[in-house]
Amino acid sequence: MSRAFLAILKRDLALAVRAGGGGELALVFFLTVVILIPFALGPDLNLLSRIGPAILWLGALLATLIGLDRLFQADEEDGSLDLIRSAPLPLEFAVFAKALAHWLTTGLPLTLAAPVLGLLVALPGEGVLPLAASLALGTPALSFIGAAAAALTASLRRGGLILPILVAPLCVPVLIFGVSASSAVRGPMSLQSPLLILAALSLMAAAVGCIAAAAALRQPD
Amino acid sequence: MTQIRYQTFALTAEGLVCRRGGRAIFDGVGFRLASGDAIALTGRNGAGKSSLIAMLCGRLRPEAGAIRLDGLDDMPLAEAAHLIGHRDGLKTALTATENLRFAQDLLGAPGLGPAEALAAVGLPHVGALPVGYLSAGQRRRVALARLLVSSRPIWLLDEPFAALDTGSQAMLSGLMRAHLTGGGAILAATHGPLGLDDARELRIGP
Repeated sequence: MSRAFLAILKRDLALAVRAGGGGELALVFFLTVVILIPFALGPDLNLLSRIGPAILWLGALLATLIGLDRLFQADEEDGSLDLIRSAPLPLEFAVFAKALAHWLTTGLPLTLAAPVLGLLVALPGEGVLPLAASLALGTPALSFIGAAAAALTASLRRGGLILPILVAPLCVPVLIFGVSASSAVRGPMSLQSPLLILAALSLMAAAVGCIAAAAALRQPD
Repeated sequence: MTQIRYQTFALTAEGLVCRRGGRAIFDGVGFRLASGDAIALTGRNGAGKSSLIAMLCGRLRPEAGAIRLDGLDDMPLAEAAHLIGHRDGLKTALTATENLRFAQDLLGAPGLGPAEALAAVGLPHVGALPVGYLSAGQRRRVALARLLVSSRPIWLLDEPFAALDTGSQAMLSGLMRAHLTGGGAILAATHGPLGLDDARELRIGP
């Protein structure tokens, strides 16, 4: 069973590296948003540093949504989803493997790039670590919530249109606590509690998202 | 190549009714497929051959009727059957060997290794090539090699001869004969002969 799990994980990672899937696109989109916003805001450094964490989190959220619709749709189109459905591996674990691969190729690179991009939005030095921690703990939730929505829209031809509408409301808590963790250095709020809530959100999304996605994929036409 | 022996089993379908988009496709289709049996599923285009195969895999809910699999320790039909359909389930960016190894790890019950399976379908040299570089017939054969890397007793084939040249068609008939000898069963939607002596025909639609 773990063999099948690893096979899916390995295949999706290989595809992301080789075919240049959503991962690089998300990173490029993230870079573009974070680089352009300071130009749009003008030369007010205080304002920029105050809303910096929000820019970075919004960029990461939107970048994760890009290419999410292909998570199951690509497999549905070429028939490999039928293969995965007919495997002895429970579909929940297959979804977990795919969402994990999605996070490793999307959320993780965003997390690693964010501290560097923090410089562009005048993030104070002591805010870098909380930002990276909040992204590392919060972005898995985005991948798992996204997996459930991607499974629902897998067989729709224009699923990419409806997917952000399904995902955005569910991502609001992650966004709120992500930004509050990364801007905790500026105010009296503690850093610990938003980070714990982010971790809880990710764990919950992993459990609920995988079950929901598997139920959606199992549904016959 | 060691000969696989499957447990004896029987797949029974009774009174299947298919309705898609409010339109009746077929009505009252039934058959019995036991170890060593082959059924050639025929009918005009749009008669519901692919729909019947989708029903057997659990991808389409029958409007009425029942599908039962006896004798394989309560294994679900989807896990007992190989499906080779129009969509070949191959990733174009991965090599033929990687595709087959993935199928083997995923589906379980390992049979031949990817290299042996490719040799068996007459493609011993393409293992390291990305599937995207292969021709339609070669891709078809890589997909058919999946039947060999993982051993499942029931083969559900949707137009297995599409895009195959005459030599490859004979090769596939040979593989099917070996599978039937080992106690497996085949249901293949087709327009031409399967190349098997004792295949029954199930004609659906008018």
